[in-house]
Amino acid sequence: MEFAVEFEDVSVRFGTYTALEGINLKVPAGAFVAIIGPNGAGKSTLLKLVLGLLRPSSGRVLVFGVPAPRAPAEWLGYVPQFKTLDRSFPALAIELVATGIRRRWPFRLSPVEREASLEALRRVRGEELAYRRLARLSGGELQRVYLARAFVRRPRLLLLDEPATGMDVLGEADMYRMLERYQREHDATVLMITHDWEAARHHATHVLVLNRRVIGFGPPERALSDECLRRAFGHVGHPHELSFSVGSRDA
Amino acid sequence: MLDLLSLPFMQRALLAGLLVGATASYFGVFVVQRRMSFLGSGLAHAALGGVALGLFLDAEPLYVALPFTVLIALLIAWVRERTELGGDTAVGVFFSLSVAFGVVLLALKSEYTADAMAYLFGSILAVTPADLGAVALVAAVTLLLFPFWERWAYATFDRDLARADRLPVLFDDYLLTAMVAAVVVSAVKVVGILLVAAFLVIPAATARLFSRTFAQMTLLAVVLGVAGVIAGLIASYLYDVPSGATIILVESAFFLLGLLAVRKI
Ligand SMILES: Nc1ncnc2c1ncn2[C@@H]1O[C@H](COP(=O)(O)OP(=O)(O)OP(=O)(O)O)[C@@H](O)[C@H]1O
Ligand SMILES: [Mg+2]
Repeated sequence: MEFAVEFEDVSVRFGTYTALEGINLKVPAGAFVAIIGPNGAGKSTLLKLVLGLLRPSSGRVLVFGVPAPRAPAEWLGYVPQFKTLDRSFPALAIELVATGIRRRWPFRLSPVEREASLEALRRVRGEELAYRRLARLSGGELQRVYLARAFVRRPRLLLLDEPATGMDVLGEADMYRMLERYQREHDATVLMITHDWEAARHHATHVLVLNRRVIGFGPPERALSDECLRRAFGHVGHPHELSFSVGSRDA
Repeated sequence: MLDLLSLPFMQRALLAGLLVGATASYFGVFVVQRRMSFLGSGLAHAALGGVALGLFLDAEPLYVALPFTVLIALLIAWVRERTELGGDTAVGVFFSLSVAFGVVLLALKSEYTADAMAYLFGSILAVTPADLGAVALVAAVTLLLFPFWERWAYATFDRDLARADRLPVLFDDYLLTAMVAAVVVSAVKVVGILLVAAFLVIPAATARLFSRTFAQMTLLAVVLGVAGVIAGLIASYLYDVPSGATIILVESAFFLLGLLAVRKI
Protein backbone atom coordinates (compact mmCIF):
# COMPACT_ATOMS: atom_id res chain seq x y z
CA MET A 1 0.00 0.00 0.00
CA GLU A 2 1.25 3.45 -0.87
CA PHE A 3 1.35 6.02 1.92
CA ALA A 4 0.90 9.72 1.26
CA VAL A 5 2.26 10.73 4.64
CA GLU A 6 4.24 8.82 7.27
CA PHE A 7 5.25 10.01 10.71
CA GLU A 8 7.90 7.97 12.49
CA ASP A 9 8.27 8.75 16.19
CA VAL A 10 7.96 12.46 15.59
CA SER A 11 8.28 15.00 18.38
CA VAL A 12 8.30 18.77 18.14
CA ARG A 13 9.58 20.96 20.94
CA PHE A 14 9.49 24.74 21.06
CA GLY A 15 12.07 25.50 23.72
CA THR A 16 10.87 23.56 26.75
CA TYR A 17 7.31 23.20 25.45
CA THR A 18 6.45 19.93 23.73
CA ALA A 19 3.87 20.58 21.02
CA LEU A 20 3.86 17.05 19.57
CA GLU A 21 5.17 13.86 21.09
CA GLY A 22 5.77 10.36 19.77
CA ILE A 23 3.60 10.72 16.68
CA ASN A 24 3.40 7.54 14.60
CA LEU A 25 1.05 7.69 11.69
CA LYS A 26 0.58 6.26 8.22
CA VAL A 27 -1.90 7.98 5.93
CA PRO A 28 -2.83 5.81 2.93
CA ALA A 29 -2.76 7.54 -0.44
CA GLY A 30 -6.24 8.62 -1.47
CA ALA A 31 -7.53 9.09 2.08
CA PHE A 32 -9.56 12.08 3.22
CA VAL A 33 -8.28 12.72 6.74
CA ALA A 34 -10.05 15.10 9.09
CA ILE A 35 -7.79 16.24 11.92
CA ILE A 36 -9.55 17.32 15.07
CA GLY A 37 -8.35 18.34 18.50
CA PRO A 38 -8.59 21.23 20.96
CA ASN A 39 -6.84 24.56 20.44
CA GLY A 40 -3.11 24.22 20.89
CA ALA A 41 -3.25 20.47 20.22
CA GLY A 42 -0.54 20.77 17.58
CA LYS A 43 -2.75 20.40 14.51
CA SER A 44 -1.24 23.27 12.53
CA THR A 45 2.20 22.19 13.69
CA LEU A 46 1.54 18.74 12.23
CA LEU A 47 0.62 20.22 8.83
CA LYS A 48 3.71 22.42 8.87
CA LEU A 49 5.83 19.33 9.33
CA VAL A 50 4.29 17.80 6.23
CA LEU A 51 4.89 21.04 4.32
CA GLY A 52 8.52 21.04 5.38
CA LEU A 53 8.09 24.45 7.05
CA LEU A 54 9.14 22.95 10.34
CA ARG A 55 11.72 20.27 11.18
CA PRO A 56 10.83 17.72 13.84
CA SER A 57 12.97 17.79 16.99
CA SER A 58 13.20 14.04 16.60
CA GLY A 59 11.82 11.39 14.28
CA ARG A 60 11.03 11.86 10.63
CA VAL A 61 8.22 12.78 8.27
CA LEU A 62 7.86 11.27 4.80
CA VAL A 63 5.67 12.51 1.98
CA PHE A 64 5.12 9.82 -0.64
CA GLY A 65 8.30 8.23 0.65
CA VAL A 66 10.39 11.41 0.41
CA PRO A 67 11.63 13.35 3.49
CA ALA A 68 9.14 16.21 3.87
CA PRO A 69 11.45 19.20 3.24
CA ARG A 70 12.67 17.58 0.02
CA ALA A 71 9.25 16.68 -1.36
CA PRO A 72 8.61 18.74 -4.51
CA ALA A 73 6.44 21.78 -3.84
CA GLU A 74 4.18 20.92 -6.76
CA TRP A 75 2.92 17.88 -4.88
CA LEU A 76 1.49 20.03 -2.12
CA GLY A 77 -1.55 22.30 -2.16
CA TYR A 78 -1.69 24.31 1.06
CA VAL A 79 -4.38 26.51 2.51
CA PRO A 80 -2.97 28.21 5.64
CA GLN A 81 -5.02 28.69 8.79
CA PHE A 82 -4.82 32.35 9.53
CA LYS A 83 -4.85 34.23 6.33
CA THR A 84 -2.10 36.45 7.65
CA LEU A 85 -2.87 38.49 4.63
CA ASP A 86 -1.02 41.77 4.62
CA ARG A 87 -3.86 43.98 3.48
CA SER A 88 -1.45 46.72 2.52
CA PHE A 89 0.10 44.53 -0.18
CA PRO A 90 -1.35 45.54 -3.56
CA ALA A 91 -2.53 42.41 -5.34
CA LEU A 92 -5.36 40.96 -7.37
CA ALA A 93 -6.96 37.63 -6.52
CA ILE A 94 -5.78 36.08 -9.79
CA GLU A 95 -2.16 36.88 -8.94
CA LEU A 96 -2.40 34.94 -5.70
CA VAL A 97 -3.97 32.01 -7.53
CA ALA A 98 -1.19 32.12 -10.12
CA THR A 99 1.48 31.77 -7.41
CA GLY A 100 0.12 28.24 -7.17
CA ILE A 101 1.63 27.40 -10.56
CA ARG A 102 4.48 29.82 -10.81
CA ARG A 103 5.72 29.44 -7.24
CA ARG A 104 6.86 33.07 -7.42
CA TRP A 105 4.93 36.32 -7.24
CA PRO A 106 4.08 37.04 -10.90
CA PHE A 107 5.44 40.25 -12.38
CA ARG A 108 3.34 39.51 -15.45
CA LEU A 109 0.97 36.63 -15.96
CA SER A 110 1.52 34.52 -19.04
CA PRO A 111 -1.61 33.63 -21.03
CA VAL A 112 -1.27 30.02 -19.88
CA GLU A 113 -1.07 31.03 -16.22
CA ARG A 114 -4.00 33.37 -16.64
CA GLU A 115 -6.16 30.67 -18.20
CA ALA A 116 -5.21 28.05 -15.60
CA SER A 117 -5.87 30.48 -12.75
CA LEU A 118 -9.27 31.44 -14.13
CA GLU A 119 -10.07 27.75 -14.52
CA ALA A 120 -9.15 27.10 -10.88
CA LEU A 121 -11.26 30.04 -9.76
CA ARG A 122 -14.15 28.70 -11.81
CA ARG A 123 -13.76 25.41 -9.97
CA VAL A 124 -14.38 27.17 -6.65
CA ARG A 125 -17.10 29.30 -8.25
CA GLY A 126 -15.02 32.42 -7.78
CA GLU A 127 -14.41 33.47 -11.35
CA GLU A 128 -15.82 36.93 -10.73
CA LEU A 129 -13.22 37.45 -7.99
CA ALA A 130 -10.26 37.22 -10.38
CA TYR A 131 -9.62 40.92 -10.88
CA ARG A 132 -10.77 42.12 -7.49
CA ARG A 133 -8.21 43.37 -5.00
CA LEU A 134 -7.29 40.83 -2.35
CA ALA A 135 -7.51 43.43 0.39
CA ARG A 136 -11.18 44.03 -0.42
CA LEU A 137 -12.36 40.42 -0.36
CA SER A 138 -14.56 39.06 2.42
CA GLY A 139 -13.30 36.20 4.58
CA GLY A 140 -15.28 33.56 2.70
CA GLU A 141 -14.23 34.93 -0.70
CA LEU A 142 -10.62 34.92 0.39
CA GLN A 143 -10.94 31.27 1.45
CA ARG A 144 -12.13 30.36 -2.01
CA VAL A 145 -9.22 32.20 -3.61
CA TYR A 146 -6.75 30.29 -1.40
CA LEU A 147 -8.52 27.07 -2.29
CA ALA A 148 -8.20 27.87 -6.00
CA ARG A 149 -4.52 28.56 -5.42
CA ALA A 150 -4.15 25.11 -3.86
CA PHE A 151 -6.04 23.40 -6.70
CA VAL A 152 -4.33 25.15 -9.60
CA ARG A 153 -1.09 23.22 -9.32
CA ARG A 154 -2.96 19.89 -9.27
CA PRO A 155 -1.33 18.62 -6.09
CA ARG A 156 -1.32 14.99 -4.96
CA LEU A 157 -1.74 16.12 -1.39
CA LEU A 158 -4.04 18.87 -0.14
CA LEU A 159 -3.18 20.37 3.25
CA LEU A 160 -6.05 22.45 4.52
CA ASP A 161 -5.92 24.27 7.83
CA GLU A 162 -9.50 25.04 8.86
CA PRO A 163 -10.58 25.85 5.31
CA ALA A 164 -14.25 26.30 6.18
CA THR A 165 -13.61 29.23 8.52
CA GLY A 166 -15.57 32.23 7.39
CA MET A 167 -17.71 30.32 4.90
CA ASP A 168 -21.48 30.34 5.06
CA VAL A 169 -23.40 27.05 5.22
CA LEU A 170 -23.88 26.83 1.46
CA GLY A 171 -20.29 27.79 0.81
CA GLU A 172 -19.15 25.05 3.13
CA ALA A 173 -21.27 22.36 1.51
CA ASP A 174 -19.95 23.61 -1.79
CA MET A 175 -16.38 23.35 -0.60
CA TYR A 176 -16.80 19.71 0.38
CA ARG A 177 -18.28 19.00 -3.04
CA MET A 178 -15.30 20.70 -4.69
CA LEU A 179 -12.85 18.76 -2.53
CA GLU A 180 -14.52 15.45 -3.21
CA ARG A 181 -14.63 16.14 -6.93
CA TYR A 182 -10.99 17.17 -7.00
CA GLN A 183 -10.07 14.07 -5.07
CA ARG A 184 -11.98 11.83 -7.46
CA GLU A 185 -10.49 13.42 -10.56
CA HIS A 186 -6.88 13.57 -9.37
CA ASP A 187 -6.64 10.65 -7.01
CA ALA A 188 -5.48 13.06 -4.34
CA THR A 189 -5.03 12.73 -0.59
CA VAL A 190 -6.54 15.33 1.72
CA LEU A 191 -5.45 16.33 5.22
CA MET A 192 -7.96 18.79 6.62
CA ILE A 193 -7.99 20.39 10.05
CA THR A 194 -11.45 21.16 11.30
CA HIS A 195 -13.34 21.87 14.50
CA ASP A 196 -16.54 20.52 12.95
CA TRP A 197 -17.00 16.93 14.10
CA GLU A 198 -20.14 16.48 12.05
CA ALA A 199 -18.32 17.44 8.86
CA ALA A 200 -15.53 15.06 9.80
CA ARG A 201 -18.04 12.26 10.30
CA HIS A 202 -19.69 12.92 6.94
CA HIS A 203 -16.85 13.65 4.59
CA ALA A 204 -13.71 11.99 5.92
CA THR A 205 -12.51 8.46 5.29
CA HIS A 206 -10.24 8.77 8.34
CA VAL A 207 -10.31 10.93 11.43
CA LEU A 208 -7.20 11.82 13.40
CA VAL A 209 -7.93 12.90 16.96
CA LEU A 210 -4.92 14.80 18.21
CA ASN A 211 -3.91 16.32 21.48
CA ARG A 212 -0.12 16.58 21.42
CA ARG A 213 -0.25 12.81 20.88
CA VAL A 214 -2.33 10.65 18.60
CA ILE A 215 -5.47 9.89 20.59
CA GLY A 216 -7.17 8.03 17.81
CA PHE A 217 -6.80 7.40 14.11
CA GLY A 218 -9.10 5.43 11.89
CA PRO A 219 -12.54 5.42 10.32
CA PRO A 220 -14.77 8.21 11.69
CA GLU A 221 -17.07 5.95 13.69
CA ARG A 222 -14.10 4.47 15.56
CA ALA A 223 -11.95 7.59 15.99
CA LEU A 224 -14.90 9.72 17.03
CA SER A 225 -15.84 7.32 19.80
CA ASP A 226 -16.78 8.78 23.18
CA GLU A 227 -13.59 7.40 24.65
CA CYS A 228 -11.32 9.19 22.16
CA LEU A 229 -13.19 12.45 22.43
CA ARG A 230 -13.08 12.38 26.20
CA ARG A 231 -9.34 11.83 26.11
CA ALA A 232 -8.81 14.63 23.61
CA PHE A 233 -11.24 17.24 24.86
CA GLY A 234 -12.00 16.17 28.41
CA HIS A 235 -15.68 15.83 27.63
CA VAL A 236 -18.02 14.05 25.23
CA GLY A 237 -20.56 15.48 22.85
CA HIS A 238 -20.64 18.35 20.44
CA PRO A 239 -19.57 21.76 21.79
CA HIS A 240 -23.07 23.08 21.10
CA GLU A 241 -24.58 20.55 23.46
CA LEU A 242 -22.02 21.50 26.05
CA SER A 243 -22.91 25.19 26.04
CA PHE A 244 -26.59 24.23 26.18
CA SER A 245 -26.09 22.14 29.28
CA VAL A 246 -24.24 25.01 30.98
CA GLY A 247 -27.10 27.34 30.12
CA SER A 248 -29.77 24.96 31.41
CA ARG A 249 -28.03 24.57 34.75
CA ASP A 250 -28.33 28.31 35.30
CA ALA A 251 -32.03 28.20 34.51
CA MET B 1 18.99 74.78 -20.33
CA LEU B 2 20.73 72.99 -23.18
CA ASP B 3 24.13 74.53 -22.46
CA LEU B 4 23.61 73.21 -18.95
CA LEU B 5 23.68 69.70 -20.32
CA SER B 6 26.95 70.28 -22.14
CA LEU B 7 28.80 70.73 -18.85
CA PRO B 8 30.53 67.45 -17.92
CA PHE B 9 29.81 67.78 -14.20
CA MET B 10 26.15 68.36 -14.95
CA GLN B 11 26.05 65.32 -17.24
CA ARG B 12 27.56 63.22 -14.48
CA ALA B 13 25.14 64.66 -11.97
CA LEU B 14 22.13 63.89 -14.13
CA LEU B 15 23.26 60.39 -15.00
CA ALA B 16 24.08 59.56 -11.38
CA GLY B 17 20.78 61.08 -10.31
CA LEU B 18 18.75 59.08 -12.81
CA LEU B 19 20.38 55.77 -11.89
CA VAL B 20 20.12 56.39 -8.18
CA GLY B 21 16.53 57.60 -8.49
CA ALA B 22 15.54 54.45 -10.32
CA THR B 23 17.35 51.92 -8.10
CA ALA B 24 16.43 53.54 -4.79
CA SER B 25 12.73 53.68 -5.71
CA TYR B 26 12.86 50.11 -6.98
CA PHE B 27 14.12 48.80 -3.65
CA GLY B 28 11.91 51.32 -1.89
CA VAL B 29 8.81 49.28 -2.77
CA PHE B 30 10.18 46.34 -0.78
CA VAL B 31 11.28 48.62 2.05
CA VAL B 32 7.77 50.09 2.23
CA GLN B 33 5.88 46.81 2.00
CA ARG B 34 8.16 45.08 4.48
CA ARG B 35 8.02 48.05 6.84
CA MET B 36 11.79 48.40 6.84
CA SER B 37 11.95 52.21 6.59
CA PHE B 38 13.89 52.39 9.81
CA LEU B 39 16.48 50.04 8.33
CA GLY B 40 16.89 52.49 5.45
CA SER B 41 17.62 55.40 7.74
CA GLY B 42 19.85 53.25 9.94
CA LEU B 43 21.89 52.18 6.93
CA ALA B 44 22.26 55.78 5.84
CA HIS B 45 23.87 56.51 9.17
CA ALA B 46 26.02 53.42 8.88
CA ALA B 47 27.15 54.84 5.55
CA LEU B 48 28.46 57.86 7.46
CA GLY B 49 30.84 55.55 9.31
CA GLY B 50 31.94 54.04 5.99
CA VAL B 51 32.48 57.43 4.33
CA ALA B 52 34.48 58.65 7.31
CA LEU B 53 36.60 55.52 7.17
CA GLY B 54 37.24 56.14 3.46
CA LEU B 55 38.24 59.76 4.08
CA PHE B 56 40.44 58.68 6.96
CA LEU B 57 42.25 56.13 4.80
CA ASP B 58 42.55 58.59 1.92
CA ALA B 59 40.66 56.12 -0.27
CA GLU B 60 37.62 56.72 -2.48
CA PRO B 61 34.95 57.19 0.22
CA LEU B 62 32.10 55.44 -1.62
CA TYR B 63 34.22 52.39 -2.36
CA VAL B 64 34.98 51.99 1.32
CA ALA B 65 31.46 52.89 2.43
CA LEU B 66 29.92 50.33 0.08
CA PRO B 67 31.38 47.16 1.62
CA PHE B 68 31.31 48.71 5.10
CA THR B 69 27.59 49.43 4.96
CA VAL B 70 26.73 46.12 3.31
CA LEU B 71 28.59 44.39 6.14
CA ILE B 72 26.68 46.36 8.77
CA ALA B 73 23.44 45.49 6.98
CA LEU B 74 24.28 41.79 7.04
CA LEU B 75 25.16 42.02 10.73
CA ILE B 76 21.80 43.65 11.43
CA ALA B 77 20.01 40.92 9.48
CA TRP B 78 21.97 38.27 11.33
CA VAL B 79 21.21 39.68 14.78
CA ARG B 80 17.54 40.01 13.86
CA GLU B 81 17.50 36.41 12.69
CA ARG B 82 19.49 34.91 15.58
CA THR B 83 18.01 36.71 18.55
CA GLU B 84 14.60 37.74 19.71
CA LEU B 85 15.63 41.39 19.58
CA GLY B 86 13.39 43.22 17.16
CA GLY B 87 14.89 44.39 13.90
CA ASP B 88 14.57 47.99 15.07
CA THR B 89 16.75 47.32 18.12
CA ALA B 90 19.47 45.73 16.00
CA VAL B 91 19.32 48.67 13.60
CA GLY B 92 19.47 51.15 16.48
CA VAL B 93 22.57 49.57 17.99
CA PHE B 94 24.59 49.33 14.78
CA PHE B 95 23.51 52.68 13.47
CA SER B 96 24.69 54.54 16.59
CA LEU B 97 27.87 52.50 16.62
CA SER B 98 28.70 53.48 13.02
CA VAL B 99 27.93 57.14 13.58
CA ALA B 100 30.11 57.21 16.69
CA PHE B 101 32.88 55.47 14.77
CA GLY B 102 32.59 58.00 11.93
CA VAL B 103 32.59 61.02 14.23
CA VAL B 104 35.74 59.84 15.98
CA LEU B 105 37.54 59.20 12.67
CA LEU B 106 36.54 62.60 11.31
CA ALA B 107 37.74 64.30 14.47
CA LEU B 108 41.12 62.58 14.14
CA LYS B 109 41.49 64.10 10.68
CA SER B 110 39.78 67.40 11.13
CA GLU B 111 40.71 68.78 7.69
CA TYR B 112 38.07 66.49 6.17
CA THR B 113 35.09 67.90 7.97
CA ALA B 114 34.14 70.01 4.94
CA ASP B 115 34.15 66.92 2.70
CA ALA B 116 31.99 65.11 5.20
CA MET B 117 29.40 67.88 4.86
CA ALA B 118 29.00 67.06 1.17
CA TYR B 119 27.95 63.54 2.19
CA LEU B 120 25.65 64.70 4.94
CA PHE B 121 23.56 66.98 2.75
CA GLY B 122 24.39 65.66 -0.69
CA SER B 123 26.24 67.61 -3.30
CA ILE B 124 25.39 66.29 -6.67
CA LEU B 125 27.54 68.78 -8.52
CA ALA B 126 30.51 67.23 -6.75
CA VAL B 127 29.79 63.77 -8.21
CA THR B 128 33.19 62.52 -9.38
CA PRO B 129 33.74 59.96 -12.15
CA ALA B 130 34.60 57.47 -9.39
CA ASP B 131 31.28 58.18 -7.65
CA LEU B 132 29.46 57.68 -10.92
CA GLY B 133 31.28 54.37 -11.28
CA ALA B 134 29.96 53.19 -7.90
CA VAL B 135 26.44 54.28 -8.82
CA ALA B 136 26.63 52.49 -12.18
CA LEU B 137 27.92 49.34 -10.51
CA VAL B 138 25.01 49.23 -8.07
CA ALA B 139 22.54 49.93 -10.87
CA ALA B 140 24.02 47.14 -12.99
CA VAL B 141 23.79 44.64 -10.15
CA THR B 142 20.19 45.72 -9.52
CA LEU B 143 19.34 45.04 -13.14
CA LEU B 144 21.11 41.70 -13.02
CA LEU B 145 19.10 40.73 -9.95
CA PHE B 146 15.76 41.57 -11.54
CA PRO B 147 14.72 37.87 -11.54
CA PHE B 148 14.72 38.12 -7.74
CA TRP B 149 11.80 40.54 -7.86
CA GLU B 150 9.36 37.64 -8.03
CA ARG B 151 10.97 35.85 -5.09
CA TRP B 152 11.24 38.93 -2.89
CA ALA B 153 7.68 39.87 -3.76
CA TYR B 154 6.40 36.39 -2.89
CA ALA B 155 8.13 36.38 0.51
CA THR B 156 6.95 39.94 1.12
CA PHE B 157 3.39 38.81 0.57
CA ASP B 158 3.61 35.69 2.72
CA ARG B 159 6.83 34.17 4.03
CA ASP B 160 5.32 30.80 4.81
CA LEU B 161 3.85 30.35 1.34
CA ALA B 162 7.20 31.21 -0.19
CA ARG B 163 8.96 28.75 2.12
CA ALA B 164 6.44 26.03 1.41
CA ASP B 165 7.27 26.58 -2.27
CA ARG B 166 10.90 25.89 -1.40
CA LEU B 167 12.23 29.40 -1.88
CA PRO B 168 15.41 30.07 0.15
CA VAL B 169 13.69 32.91 1.97
CA LEU B 170 16.52 33.53 4.41
CA PHE B 171 19.15 33.86 1.70
CA ASP B 172 16.82 36.15 -0.25
CA ASP B 173 16.35 38.34 2.83
CA TYR B 174 20.08 38.76 3.27
CA LEU B 175 20.48 39.60 -0.40
CA LEU B 176 17.70 42.18 -0.25
CA THR B 177 19.16 43.77 2.87
CA ALA B 178 22.61 43.92 1.26
CA MET B 179 21.20 45.53 -1.88
CA VAL B 180 19.28 48.12 0.12
CA ALA B 181 22.56 48.98 1.84
CA ALA B 182 24.39 49.27 -1.47
CA VAL B 183 21.70 51.51 -2.93
CA VAL B 184 21.69 53.72 0.13
CA VAL B 185 25.45 54.24 -0.16
CA SER B 186 25.26 54.91 -3.89
CA ALA B 187 22.63 57.59 -3.27
CA VAL B 188 24.54 59.36 -0.53
CA LYS B 189 26.44 61.77 -2.77
CA VAL B 190 23.26 62.77 -4.57
CA VAL B 191 20.77 63.26 -1.72
CA GLY B 192 22.90 63.15 1.41
CA ILE B 193 22.90 60.86 4.42
CA LEU B 194 20.23 62.85 6.20
CA LEU B 195 17.65 62.48 3.45
CA VAL B 196 18.46 59.18 1.80
CA ALA B 197 15.86 57.21 3.78
CA ALA B 198 13.13 59.52 2.49
CA PHE B 199 14.54 59.16 -1.00
CA LEU B 200 14.13 55.40 -0.69
CA VAL B 201 10.60 55.45 0.63
CA ILE B 202 8.63 58.43 -0.72
CA PRO B 203 8.29 57.41 -4.41
CA ALA B 204 7.21 53.92 -3.33
CA ALA B 205 4.70 55.34 -0.88
CA THR B 206 3.27 57.61 -3.59
CA ALA B 207 3.14 54.71 -6.04
CA ARG B 208 1.29 52.60 -3.48
CA LEU B 209 -1.57 55.10 -3.50
CA PHE B 210 -2.30 54.41 -7.15
CA SER B 211 -1.43 50.76 -7.65
CA ARG B 212 -3.65 47.71 -7.82
CA THR B 213 -0.74 45.30 -8.18
CA PHE B 214 2.77 45.09 -6.80
CA ALA B 215 4.23 45.14 -10.31
CA GLN B 216 2.40 48.41 -11.04
CA MET B 217 3.63 49.84 -7.77
CA THR B 218 7.22 48.96 -8.69
CA LEU B 219 7.08 50.52 -12.15
CA LEU B 220 5.32 53.64 -10.94
CA ALA B 221 7.78 54.10 -8.08
CA VAL B 222 10.71 53.97 -10.50
CA VAL B 223 9.06 56.53 -12.80
CA LEU B 224 8.30 58.84 -9.87
CA GLY B 225 11.81 58.44 -8.49
CA VAL B 226 13.39 59.38 -11.79
CA ALA B 227 11.00 62.29 -12.35
CA GLY B 228 11.68 63.59 -8.85
CA VAL B 229 15.41 63.53 -9.44
CA ILE B 230 15.20 65.38 -12.76
CA ALA B 231 12.86 68.08 -11.46
CA GLY B 232 14.80 68.36 -8.21
CA LEU B 233 18.16 68.72 -9.92
CA ILE B 234 16.94 71.44 -12.23
CA ALA B 235 15.41 73.31 -9.30
CA SER B 236 18.59 72.88 -7.33
CA TYR B 237 20.63 74.38 -10.16
CA LEU B 238 18.24 77.25 -10.81
CA TYR B 239 17.91 78.33 -7.19
CA ASP B 240 21.40 77.31 -6.14
CA VAL B 241 20.29 75.22 -3.15
CA PRO B 242 21.39 71.68 -2.15
CA SER B 243 20.20 69.02 -4.59
CA GLY B 244 19.18 66.45 -1.99
CA ALA B 245 16.74 68.81 -0.37
CA THR B 246 15.13 69.93 -3.63
CA ILE B 247 14.71 66.33 -4.79
CA ILE B 248 13.00 65.35 -1.55
CA LEU B 249 10.80 68.46 -1.70
CA VAL B 250 9.68 67.56 -5.22
CA GLU B 251 9.02 63.95 -4.25
CA SER B 252 7.08 65.04 -1.17
CA ALA B 253 5.00 67.33 -3.35
CA PHE B 254 4.16 64.34 -5.57
CA PHE B 255 3.14 62.43 -2.47
CA LEU B 256 0.91 65.19 -1.12
CA LEU B 257 -0.72 65.69 -4.52
CA GLY B 258 -1.24 61.94 -4.64
CA LEU B 259 -2.95 61.96 -1.26
CA LEU B 260 -5.29 64.71 -2.40
CA ALA B 261 -6.05 62.96 -5.68
CA VAL B 262 -6.82 59.65 -3.98
CA ARG B 263 -9.17 61.27 -1.48
CA LYS B 264 -11.24 62.65 -4.33
CA ILE B 265 -11.79 59.25 -5.93
N1 LIG C 1 6.86 28.80 16.53
C1 LIG C 1 6.38 28.46 17.74
N2 LIG C 1 7.08 28.75 18.85
C2 LIG C 1 6.63 28.40 20.07
N3 LIG C 1 5.48 27.75 20.29
C3 LIG C 1 4.74 27.42 19.23
C4 LIG C 1 5.14 27.76 17.90
N4 LIG C 1 4.20 27.30 17.04
C5 LIG C 1 3.26 26.73 17.80
N5 LIG C 1 3.57 26.78 19.12
C6 LIG C 1 2.79 26.21 20.22
O1 LIG C 1 2.53 24.86 19.94
C7 LIG C 1 1.23 24.52 20.33
C8 LIG C 1 0.48 23.93 19.14
O2 LIG C 1 0.23 24.95 18.20
P1 LIG C 1 -0.65 24.71 16.90
O3 LIG C 1 -0.71 26.00 16.17
O4 LIG C 1 -0.14 23.54 16.20
O5 LIG C 1 -2.07 24.39 17.55
P2 LIG C 1 -3.41 24.02 16.81
O6 LIG C 1 -3.77 22.65 17.21
O7 LIG C 1 -3.33 24.31 15.37
O8 LIG C 1 -4.43 25.03 17.54
P3 LIG C 1 -5.67 25.88 16.92
O9 LIG C 1 -6.86 24.99 16.98
O10 LIG C 1 -5.81 27.00 17.91
O11 LIG C 1 -5.30 26.33 15.57
C9 LIG C 1 0.59 25.79 20.87
O12 LIG C 1 0.63 25.74 22.29
C10 LIG C 1 1.46 26.88 20.35
O13 LIG C 1 1.51 27.94 21.27
MG1 LIG D 1 -4.09 25.69 14.11
